[in-house]
Amino acid sequence: MGRYLLTLRRFWATALAGQLEYQLNLLIDLLAMAGNLAGSLFVISLFYGPGRNLGGWSWEAALVVLGVYTVLDGACSSLLRPNLGTIVTHVQQGTLDFILLKPIDSQFWLSFRTFSPAGLPEIVTGLGLTIWAAAKAGATPNPTGVLTAALMLASSLVILYSLWFGLATTSIWFVKTWNATEVLRAALTAGRYPISAYPLQLRSLLTVVLPVAFLTTVPAEAILGGISVNAGAASLLMATVCLLLCRGFWGYALRFYTSASS
Amino acid sequence: MPIVCAERLSKTYRVAQKQPGLGGTLRHFFWRRSRAVEAVRELSFSIEPGEMVGFLGANGAGKTTTLKMLSGLVHPSGGSLQVAGHRPQRRQAPFLQKITLVMGQKQQLIWDLPPLDSFRVNAAVYGLDDSEAKRRINELAEMLELGEELTRPVRKLSLGERMKAELLAALLHRPSLLFLDEPTLGLDVNAQARVRTFLADYNRRYGATVLLTSHYMADITALCPRVLLIHQGSLFYDGSLEALTQRLSPCRMVRLELKTPLPAPALAAYGQVEAINGREVRLLIERNQLTGTVARLLGDLEVLDLEVADPPIEDLIGQLFQKGVVS
Repeated sequence: MGRYLLTLRRFWATALAGQLEYQLNLLIDLLAMAGNLAGSLFVISLFYGPGRNLGGWSWEAALVVLGVYTVLDGACSSLLRPNLGTIVTHVQQGTLDFILLKPIDSQFWLSFRTFSPAGLPEIVTGLGLTIWAAAKAGATPNPTGVLTAALMLASSLVILYSLWFGLATTSIWFVKTWNATEVLRAALTAGRYPISAYPLQLRSLLTVVLPVAFLTTVPAEAILGGISVNAGAASLLMATVCLLLCRGFWGYALRFYTSASS
Repeated sequence: MPIVCAERLSKTYRVAQKQPGLGGTLRHFFWRRSRAVEAVRELSFSIEPGEMVGFLGANGAGKTTTLKMLSGLVHPSGGSLQVAGHRPQRRQAPFLQKITLVMGQKQQLIWDLPPLDSFRVNAAVYGLDDSEAKRRINELAEMLELGEELTRPVRKLSLGERMKAELLAALLHRPSLLFLDEPTLGLDVNAQARVRTFLADYNRRYGATVLLTSHYMADITALCPRVLLIHQGSLFYDGSLEALTQRLSPCRMVRLELKTPLPAPALAAYGQVEAINGREVRLLIERNQLTGTVARLLGDLEVLDLEVADPPIEDLIGQLFQKGVVS
């Protein structure tokens, strides 16, 4: 475990050092994120005026969903996109060879090799928005509630990570699968709004096929104290199953890895 | 006990078949067709610890596929394989601690940072503490003649400096088994020579086993007393380079510098005339007649200089690949 922690520290230290080599690029990344967040707030303010509600969610409660979405999007920008987005490149260029020959879990390497500070403002703003909106919505924090909310948020991250990693794994066979991961990101965008705001058929699709409901609405419900035991258990179960499946799928896919020609 | 033991090792790939042009592209998009290609066919050999072995073969002969199977990157389609007491394709950590793979055309160093940063990452991955890592970096840097280059961003290094830094990164965990795929590719003559000297030094110092593929015969002749010649996925020859030369060419080459030029017919009586360039002549003479013929040459002709050598191995192997003859 110590080796993994030290490796993670070195991974992220070198990743930050690498990005600081290009100051302007980093600045543009941060500005783009700020613009994106401002856009999200503007769009949601158009949908929800004060006193209105949509799908049974008040303006403040809907802002909790947006807050959770913003945290997840920040996590995507900081961790998922920079790491999982490079799997396809590693397969295409054959540099996956170096990773597979290291005495460390290859999935760990591919998932945590780099870290981008560009998502941090989003994570901080998302958390701030969530806490503020939850307080305005009248949520009363208690240790069990906070723990449940944290657990649901962790579950949603695990689900998103597993889906993304699973899709990236298919590049072992198909090499280029960028489009598939873009579909996933687009689906995540649907999580900006409470799931009950969508028509019934779409709601089923966003819960069962693409588990968008588990990504934002369920954690938001947990934060607002309105989550049922069943929904919480389903989210945890979904996260565990997704993680196990994506791990098994990676191991299986590597049997078919042929490595790019030299 | 051998460190590498391969028996009837085989690898078959599925390769997509696509016709050129738009029509071919559309057909390929809707109806994918592929065919099986036998990259390696029932290869059997074993390698003892500390040996330096060269893999020879034309492009596509199966050298790199073999190295990738030995290192565990590619699963064999058939046969059995034991490397350093492990089945490589399982890629267990104790196995990976013992091996390294260096590829001349791929790099693991972080492009925007100095090599030292990549070494620190590798040190953590291989579980080396800071003081041990520092000691090894200094030791290897001295052997590789690397100094201030280690603090320069990798993108600012020359190809030769980069390859030396790649070697350092790949050897930091002191592997006992080195798989080197074209480690001198693209390097100038001096850089090639330095890499060769380092590899020989590393082999001597740590008793490491080295398996090397290279298109530069100088790498093989300088480093590998034993070669495995792979032809169309099968093992054609396993033995010393010298014996391979004898097998491929029953003749030796005699270079003469004559006092006065002579026409080819006048020289044909001594052996096969390979080339005449003014007073300089190259003759191919059968090995069992070499002593007598050289004595006759020195007796009959006014010879200023004489040198006996084997024909260049590159030429012999090149001829073999061209002919496609496997006897």
